[in-house]
Amino acid sequence: MNALPQENGDYFALDPLKPLELERGERLLYRLTEFGRILWEVGIDVGPRKMLDLAETLNYVDITNKEDFYTTLKCSLLAKHEQEAVFDQMYLYYWYMRNQIGKKKADAPGAAKRDEKQMRLPPSERKRLAEHLNSPQEQRKDLRPEMRDSERRRRADERSDEEMEDDTSTPQGLAYSAIEALRKKDFESFTWDEVQDAKKLMAEMRWHLGMRPTRRKRPARRGSYPDMRRIVRRNLKYGAELLELTWRETKFKPRPLVIICDIIGSMSLYSRLLLHFIHTISNGLLNVEAFVFGTRLTRITRQLRKRDVDDAVRDVSKSVQDWSGGTRIGDALHFFNQKWAKRVLGRGAVVLIISDGWDRGDASTLEVEMDRLQHSCHRLIWLNPLLGSPDYRPLTIGMKTALPYIDNFLPAHNLDSLINLGNLLATIDDSRPARNAVARRKAVAAWSKGYSSQRNYHVPGQPQELPS
Amino acid sequence: MDQDALNTIEDVQRAMFAQNYIADRSLATTVFLALKRRKPLLLEGEPGVGKTEVAKVLSAVLGTRLIRLQCYEGIDVSTAVYEWNYTRQMLHIRLMEAGGASRTEELKEIFGPDFLIQRPLLQAIDPANTQAPVLLIDELDRSDEEFEAYLLELLSDFQITIPEIGTIQAKETPVVIITSNRTREIHDALRRRCLYYWIDFPTLEKEYQIVLARMPGVPERLARQVCAFVRELRSADLFKVPGIAETLDWISSLLALDQMELVEGPVRDTLGALLKYQDDVLKVGGSEFTRMIKKAQGVS
Repeated sequence: MNALPQENGDYFALDPLKPLELERGERLLYRLTEFGRILWEVGIDVGPRKMLDLAETLNYVDITNKEDFYTTLKCSLLAKHEQEAVFDQMYLYYWYMRNQIGKKKADAPGAAKRDEKQMRLPPSERKRLAEHLNSPQEQRKDLRPEMRDSERRRRADERSDEEMEDDTSTPQGLAYSAIEALRKKDFESFTWDEVQDAKKLMAEMRWHLGMRPTRRKRPARRGSYPDMRRIVRRNLKYGAELLELTWRETKFKPRPLVIICDIIGSMSLYSRLLLHFIHTISNGLLNVEAFVFGTRLTRITRQLRKRDVDDAVRDVSKSVQDWSGGTRIGDALHFFNQKWAKRVLGRGAVVLIISDGWDRGDASTLEVEMDRLQHSCHRLIWLNPLLGSPDYRPLTIGMKTALPYIDNFLPAHNLDSLINLGNLLATIDDSRPARNAVARRKAVAAWSKGYSSQRNYHVPGQPQELPS
Repeated sequence: MDQDALNTIEDVQRAMFAQNYIADRSLATTVFLALKRRKPLLLEGEPGVGKTEVAKVLSAVLGTRLIRLQCYEGIDVSTAVYEWNYTRQMLHIRLMEAGGASRTEELKEIFGPDFLIQRPLLQAIDPANTQAPVLLIDELDRSDEEFEAYLLELLSDFQITIPEIGTIQAKETPVVIITSNRTREIHDALRRRCLYYWIDFPTLEKEYQIVLARMPGVPERLARQVCAFVRELRSADLFKVPGIAETLDWISSLLALDQMELVEGPVRDTLGALLKYQDDVLKVGGSEFTRMIKKAQGVS
């Protein structure tokens, strides 16, 4: 077997392969690395170590047997069941279809330059793939034939070169101005495509949730607690003299998040996008509990971990019986406080409620339950999509009742407002928000004037722009 | 009692009854299986329904030691499993240096069993145990995920590895009882390794029997009325529902006030033994309260 190609800074600067060489299966490792690179690009974690492992493994199978070869690659490179479909797709693309494109390209002038570009997936494919990764199961099945179709179309289409030129601009091929517009646009007026774009943009954001100190310690170069075990070990060589000290410091963990979503009417759209957003910033909802309510409260945490956000919300919306009855926030919160608060609000949880505050229930119930909820969580944040409009004033009885018990009142109607939320979540620390009567009155007075009077949560040092 | 004597579910039920614990047949069955198959038993339920008591009763039934590990956030190997006695180690090194011992000897000695402080989990699997102890891991939900992950290994193999000594394997597999109040979800991986039982609030009749068993000499009339009243309370929409522990606590309060039956005044005054939140006290006050009392008084 041939040696791995030399790393000389730019991987793409390697000699383009002659098609004949490829046909004869020479420089297999080169092809494997290239394939690994493509997998990496679509989000399958393929590092150099895995590739080396794979090269080793391939010694044990007959690589001329297509099926064995496929299985070997799959079992060596893939580690998650969810990514199986993507892997298969990429396998098909790389080992079968791309080969033929390459042949055609080699005849054309400037083939070498294009070959470099070919290393990256064409934008149309990547878009499809990104969507695919976010799409529910049933939509995934028919992707393969569709992919072949598009491939055929693309090969016939000479404009594909131009498409590749765009590739470098923004992550998903969206122009900067388009992103700007998308960020400001209300979710409600989104088309389906725009919703998909928004989801993709969210997936590119990087945040960390606010951290809380745990009672656990971990070894550290500097810290406040001596690590006796290691100190004794290290200092054995000096007799019983303690000369070298080692330390332990407090370990931090992300704060748990509890999301309670209103899914009546248009709220369902906002709730879904919020859940998507939280999904992207919380490392796959590991630390997140999610509930939805219409007339009654349902926990969807488990569904969310196994399946798609949209699926889970759709399922619940279907089971909501009484749409005309309207939201009964008070009752939903009562149920939450009784059944779930003790189970999910430990360890300084941050609670997010997303609702427009149209409560058809009893205001006194809502008041009691909001009070209790605020007392049992570290921070209570209310997101109201209506707050995004400059004319909105929180005047409905439900909203008015809830306001005094909220720590933060924020809009959630467009991407920008979600970004603000992300910044706020990242900065939540150990300090308790002021919850005395004076602070409450002040906050309510400010909020009653609408959102424009609120301060924006720009935190220096925090990422708040989209990647470009 | 020897464990081999508990050959049927009825045996278990009877043995627990002899220790004043009234177990449902379903609970007795689960305990029986836990004993026979030597699987850990995970008990969940509202606070005060007698989860911890199961372990205590079981150790009394089996006549073995009860080793209790109270969980809390941040519990780690040095507090749950073992720790080296650093002070002794240091002093010992000094002594040995003075005596002119060689380095390898030193190392061998100070990392020996003499310098090891055994914490509950290590005690439970100590090969020196002649009889399998009952290991109670109480309120596991208070610990953090890291500790839970550590338990996984221990509960499947009943062995602990100490780098300086080696692997310690239990000769007698301990009877493990884990309790949780569900303030945090216990991970599925741990649940899979355990037998699971949810202890519910007792029925009226069962609670009455529990009261009689636990408090010999209580007037029967009072016991009946108390149980009926507590039952009414549980059906009210309370934030913290009183458990059996609260019932027993309340009865002893009433007895301390020389009450022979429920009377509205003293009941009101002692309500703090049952209800632990001001909201709940306010909720059952007023006409609702009088109705409950009347109903309870009418029982006997």
